[in-house]
Amino acid sequence: MKAFAQLFLSLDETNKTNEKVKVLKDYFTNVPDTDKMHMLALFTGRRPKRQINSTLIRTWAMEASNIPAWLFEESYHVVGDLAETMSLLMPESQKSSSKTLTEWIGEINALATKTEEEKKLWLMASWAMLDSQERFVFNKLLTGSFRVGVSQSLVIKALADITGIEAPALTHRIMGSWMPENYTYDQLICEQTASDDISRPYPFFLAYPIQETSEKRKSAEEVGAALGAAEDWQAEWKWDGIRAQMIKRDGQIFIWSRGEDLATEKFPELHPFLNALPDGTVLDGEILSFQNGLPMSFSVLQTRIGRKNLSKKILTDSPVAVIAYDCLEYQGEDIRTKTQAERRVILEELQSQTEFPEVFNISRLINFNSWEELETTREQSRAMIAEGIMLKRKSAAYQVGRKRGDWWKWKIDPLSVDAVMIYAQKGHGRRADLYTDYTFAVWDGDKLVPFAKAYSGLTDAEINKVDYFVKRNTLEKFGPVRTVKPELVFEIGFEGINRSTRHKSGIALRFPRILRWRHDKPKEEADTLESLKALLNE
Amino acid sequence: MAKPLLEFTDRGIYCAQGKFYIDPWKPVTDAVITHAHADHAYFGHKNYLAHRLSREVMLYRLGEINLRTIEYGETVIKHGVQISMYPAGHVIGSAQIRVEYKGEVWVVSGDYKTEDDGISTPFEPVKCHHFISECTFGMPVYTWKPQAQIFAGVNDWWRTNLQNGIATVVVGYSLGKAQRILQNLDLNNGKVYTHGVIENTNEALRRNGVILNPTERITFDSSKEEVRKGIILAPPSSVGTPWMRKFAPYSFGYCSGWMAIRGAKRRRAADRGIVLSDHADWNGLVSAIDATGCESVYLTHGYTASFSRYLSEIGFDAHEVHTLYGGEEEDAAVTEGEEKKETTPSGDVEQEEVS
Repeated sequence: MKAFAQLFLSLDETNKTNEKVKVLKDYFTNVPDTDKMHMLALFTGRRPKRQINSTLIRTWAMEASNIPAWLFEESYHVVGDLAETMSLLMPESQKSSSKTLTEWIGEINALATKTEEEKKLWLMASWAMLDSQERFVFNKLLTGSFRVGVSQSLVIKALADITGIEAPALTHRIMGSWMPENYTYDQLICEQTASDDISRPYPFFLAYPIQETSEKRKSAEEVGAALGAAEDWQAEWKWDGIRAQMIKRDGQIFIWSRGEDLATEKFPELHPFLNALPDGTVLDGEILSFQNGLPMSFSVLQTRIGRKNLSKKILTDSPVAVIAYDCLEYQGEDIRTKTQAERRVILEELQSQTEFPEVFNISRLINFNSWEELETTREQSRAMIAEGIMLKRKSAAYQVGRKRGDWWKWKIDPLSVDAVMIYAQKGHGRRADLYTDYTFAVWDGDKLVPFAKAYSGLTDAEINKVDYFVKRNTLEKFGPVRTVKPELVFEIGFEGINRSTRHKSGIALRFPRILRWRHDKPKEEADTLESLKALLNE
Repeated sequence: MAKPLLEFTDRGIYCAQGKFYIDPWKPVTDAVITHAHADHAYFGHKNYLAHRLSREVMLYRLGEINLRTIEYGETVIKHGVQISMYPAGHVIGSAQIRVEYKGEVWVVSGDYKTEDDGISTPFEPVKCHHFISECTFGMPVYTWKPQAQIFAGVNDWWRTNLQNGIATVVVGYSLGKAQRILQNLDLNNGKVYTHGVIENTNEALRRNGVILNPTERITFDSSKEEVRKGIILAPPSSVGTPWMRKFAPYSFGYCSGWMAIRGAKRRRAADRGIVLSDHADWNGLVSAIDATGCESVYLTHGYTASFSRYLSEIGFDAHEVHTLYGGEEEDAAVTEGEEKKETTPSGDVEQEEVS
């Protein structure tokens, strides 16, 4: 554990990519193989199951640090991270421990069968033998809130340097549902074939945005200048659903979402078509709710995301289908290095053979002869229930991760509204102890009605200024939330708007974010609820 | 009910009986100053009273002012009110102001720390009826390690950088932190080079008779190669400037109590967050307040709400008051202008010269 805690500290102590890779390599070369695999699992989002619920952990941490509950909570708001708060509040330990990361995780997992009293004894004893940095990473393991400021690609780079295996291959090998208990370091670094793990997906290829916000709007001319001749590109609608990779191998099917979650059981409607695919087929596409052969807005799909049980009603109300747009494996062969155009032919061939054409759709290509023409077509995105247009270079291979060059997303401008900030709350992580999470309101007659929360879109300098404003213009405090003098106006961008019975305003926004600070607008000129409701697609 | 001896006004802490203010932020006739940091020693007062060791720094920062200085323990009487100063341990020359009238004693802490930093006169608790205290770090998550341990880490880091051929930049406030760091560096590693703003402060302190380790001011003529073999002391305002970048590749450490929190450190994008503060930590605050034996405690800046609630719960009569103190380290977020406030016009010019 000491090595793992030191790894964390060293990663924190540098902002330079090369240094981080060096630190990761040092770690890999100095710990046992099982620790390597545990670290790899943790750094790629495979957290151990939480064995003690966080209320109990908090209660026991308060006991160990001997402070009142309210002060513990306020400390948490200052620190912005529960694991860190607990490690800072506890007295310094008098003992130390030489257990490895593997041993600690083993002990954590063994808690599953223990009583509450046993868990408490174990936890108190554990805290007492860890120094504050160890305690911090230990608490992270325990609370399951394990996130590191290191991208997976850096970890892969370090591992690639050490093993001599190329990064894309390693990225592929750590995909899927392995756990450090059933996947050894030897297996990882040995030559592998698809048959080793028939469920293993390929790393997703992600598109680069052509433009981020309305202010950076790109014209057809600019797009042309950047991408070259229009005939080298294929265009499709950018669907707003769940990105998924669908696998049929050895008579078995697997559906993976972008977050590398195995979601096979969540979409029973897709099983017949997948089962009917030839073995050794992997498709990439989007899962959407469909009605009468037409895709529906994401909000319909949202009603079934996260549900444990899919009731009959949900299945009838928001049935899903696939819009496939790529084929990564065909007849058991990895075809990612074939060109986009070649893969498209295979995809069309597969689709033409399906007996389930209403579930297995294919993303149709948009005809266009010039960038200007495509720009005009893009205006219809909202009517198509699409987020914009995808551009794919016809000669491109299917690559790993977000790469500039061959796949671009050209999204439509977000909807926007000018709103007044009325509440503020402190942020987490890098933004701990700074007021960064804001609630915005629009006018309903002479009252301001809250309608959205947003916490991104401002620069660090702007955040400092807003924080300064909040600290000096607080009207009331409700726990961590402050009511602020309504004065600052911001332009809030969002992707969609729906009616909501859960919110006072009667509406809910999708992906609200701050586009810019409207220094030029007094609060009286913010928008009205009425104007927002006019955007409802009804 | 009679007026309290000290009151909180929109100009600062005021003694009506003695007709003077303590650390006022708007122009007044008589100002008693706890220490020379910009959020306590403002420009524009007619008469200043401060500790002897604040003299040169205040003249350097505030220009031609009418300044009288006294020693710790010395008493000045204004309209029957006795004013005396006691060490606050915050920076060189920092004082707690003790005010007594007809047997009633008030103490204004200014900023303070309880650990002896080896360069500022160590903090001394002063018995009083009413204690006006800061609480910049008045949350239990802030507990400092002994400075010997912190500087051992800093010196190790410097050595490692030298081995790796990387320059070392330590960032800290020009008054207080800079000298504390300077006095604790292992000079066997190399020379200490200073940014102009820090060196101006060092020179002022040396004029005041303070003995500091040798330093070399970085100027146009400084050899970049030589500087990179030493250690560079720089103020927060220099972070990310071309002046600093010309020493690349370097590792930069930011010295502040706020570095105790990971988030604050990440926001600073410092390579090293060095948890070093000239303010008392949680335990320091509680013990200092307890040691005064005071009947009431007033909290001027920092986590005043939480800290006064906690003090009330453990049996103190604690109050939150609103002041404008805390530009120096109170607020991790509001750091944009902090060094500007600390920097005199001459300092600014200097900064431009070197960059």
